[in-house]
Amino acid sequence: MTTATPTVGAGTQAVGKTTTAGRVRKRLNTRAATLISIVIALLWTIPTFGLFVSSFRPENQIKSTGWWTFFSDPQFTLENYQEVLFGSSSSSGQLASYFINSLAITIPSVLFPLAFASLAAYALAWINFRGRDWLYIAIFAMQIVPLQMALVPLLKFFSTGVTVGGITLMPAWDLVDEQKFAQVWFAHTCFALPFAVFLLHNFISQLPKDLMEAARVDGATHPKIFRTIVLPLITPALAAFGIFQFLWVWNDLLVALIFAGGGDETAPLTVRLAEMAGTRGNEWQRLTAGAFVSIVVPLIVFLSLQRYFVRGLLAGSVKG
Amino acid sequence: MEFDWLEEQPKFLMLGYGLLAFVVVVGGLLLLLDVVPSWFARRREAQLVTAAASGAPLPRRPKQREGLFALFFLLPTLLLLTIGLVAPAIRTTLLSFMDSGSDEWVGLRNYGWMFSEDSIVRVLINTLTWVLLVPLVATSFGLLYAVMVDKARFEAIAKSLIFLPMAISFVGASIIWKFVYAFRGDGQEQIGLLNQIVVSLGGEPKQWLLDSPLNTFLLIVIMVWIQAGFAMVVLSAAIKAIPADIVEAARLDGVSPWQMFWQITMPSIRPALIVVVVTLSIATLKVFDIVRTATNGNYDTSVIANEMYNQAFRYGENGQGSALAVFLFILVIPIVIYQIRNLRQQREG
Repeated sequence: MTTATPTVGAGTQAVGKTTTAGRVRKRLNTRAATLISIVIALLWTIPTFGLFVSSFRPENQIKSTGWWTFFSDPQFTLENYQEVLFGSSSSSGQLASYFINSLAITIPSVLFPLAFASLAAYALAWINFRGRDWLYIAIFAMQIVPLQMALVPLLKFFSTGVTVGGITLMPAWDLVDEQKFAQVWFAHTCFALPFAVFLLHNFISQLPKDLMEAARVDGATHPKIFRTIVLPLITPALAAFGIFQFLWVWNDLLVALIFAGGGDETAPLTVRLAEMAGTRGNEWQRLTAGAFVSIVVPLIVFLSLQRYFVRGLLAGSVKG
Repeated sequence: MEFDWLEEQPKFLMLGYGLLAFVVVVGGLLLLLDVVPSWFARRREAQLVTAAASGAPLPRRPKQREGLFALFFLLPTLLLLTIGLVAPAIRTTLLSFMDSGSDEWVGLRNYGWMFSEDSIVRVLINTLTWVLLVPLVATSFGLLYAVMVDKARFEAIAKSLIFLPMAISFVGASIIWKFVYAFRGDGQEQIGLLNQIVVSLGGEPKQWLLDSPLNTFLLIVIMVWIQAGFAMVVLSAAIKAIPADIVEAARLDGVSPWQMFWQITMPSIRPALIVVVVTLSIATLKVFDIVRTATNGNYDTSVIANEMYNQAFRYGENGQGSALAVFLFILVIPIVIYQIRNLRQQREG
């Protein structure tokens, strides 16, 4: 990193003098910058790459030699994946089951905030009512509340319900096994809403005013405008938030740990992996394969939809 | 080697219920919004007709029902935010002044405990180290890289590689790095990259994660590894947004690259820079997964979020856990105020 510093902006150094030497020097500098940036990018990838290579090596190999010896002595096996996904012994991981949990947790946890937040964002942007700006500021401000502030009472809300002055407003949810997914969906939806409303409001409020007014003059009601005009126009924003939320939920540990419990009926991959890293920290053949199982889905989503993600990121952070 | 798909069936069923609930709730809401207004319209039409027929004065045009629409559009969000965020946050604040079972008021005792218990003071110091280092290092690296890679060949690929860890869970990243830090006794062949490098340079292999305070810094490396990509992408976009004529004018004036960086680039991307630092600071304050996966908070590496989880959900100390959560919230506030002040200056200036 430090060696890279002098090359900053070096490409511009020789501008002004169009001598041959100057041009050569400029090209060399650009080359140096390119080279260094590629080297750093490769260095950045090495840890992940090492894990990936290791996951295909036999157990005794992983435990006795470094993954770089793979290239001098290649031994390849899929056993680790077989074992970690479908193994029947309790120590093997049984990640296939947790993989399904991760899916079952993630899909609704993306859909609900997406729908609710786009409705709310539309109302905050295009429906006139008293206190609109204050409401928006309030929702916006909720982004800064750490979700730690909500954990204890929300768990209590699920387990004992709400009772005010002896009157039960809502009974306990009393969920067992896979029904606990509902708790996780609920928690993730609540925690996602402030950011979702903020991000989608950024997009929706920038739609052309003429378009909205024309639709109103034509007699379209708000629900109709929302469905037929706004939704199709904000698809990129929906995609951006969808990816963002997908990665967040799939990769989340804290919310799952508290609201899903640790069993194979509900816990997602992250919970199981964290547990394996704690109790079986030296079973690298399982940890490497397991980690890769959990990484592969977000990686695919991310790589194929990176454009939307970056756009959403920039809209969410810079324009705010 | 067996995997019973039948056992997994209830999960898919539950997922099905969830999706059904989604369709019913959202579809129902949209339908309601469609049906109710047209019902009102029809009723008014009927009123007008009867009024006209009987020769009575026409009823006044009802007020616009904008507010009603807004209420329905906002209803799910407001309801969920109240139940899931506002009410719990208020309750947590109250709990932080109560004892472990939330039965009796104890005043500021939990906060006093936080600053007097040695292990918790250690936690606070660790958190401070994280918050000071992660934004600083990740942002500087992201900025350097963004400047360096700008207009270089293979820019897109190089940026993607740096950005990639953003997609990896903190848990996955921690396992990746635990493997880098892995330790084998002296004399054995090392399997961890870091120890291998140390050994090949003639050093002794070390149990990196057991060695305080070095281990906290090694965990910070994981966070920087993940977040530098975020900083790089945002700052790179900001650099590309600098108007070309400004850069060109500066070049014609013959400024050096160094001056160019400090006098043109830095002032132009200052807003983006602040956003990155603020976002990273807040994310770092709440860091939990890395510490929990890599060391479980042992060996003096715990941070506030991890300690809060332990107190509230493992030791049943609701009061102390809540106090830590509130303290976390208090730490976020000055950062946010700083950002708001900056945004305001920007608008005025």
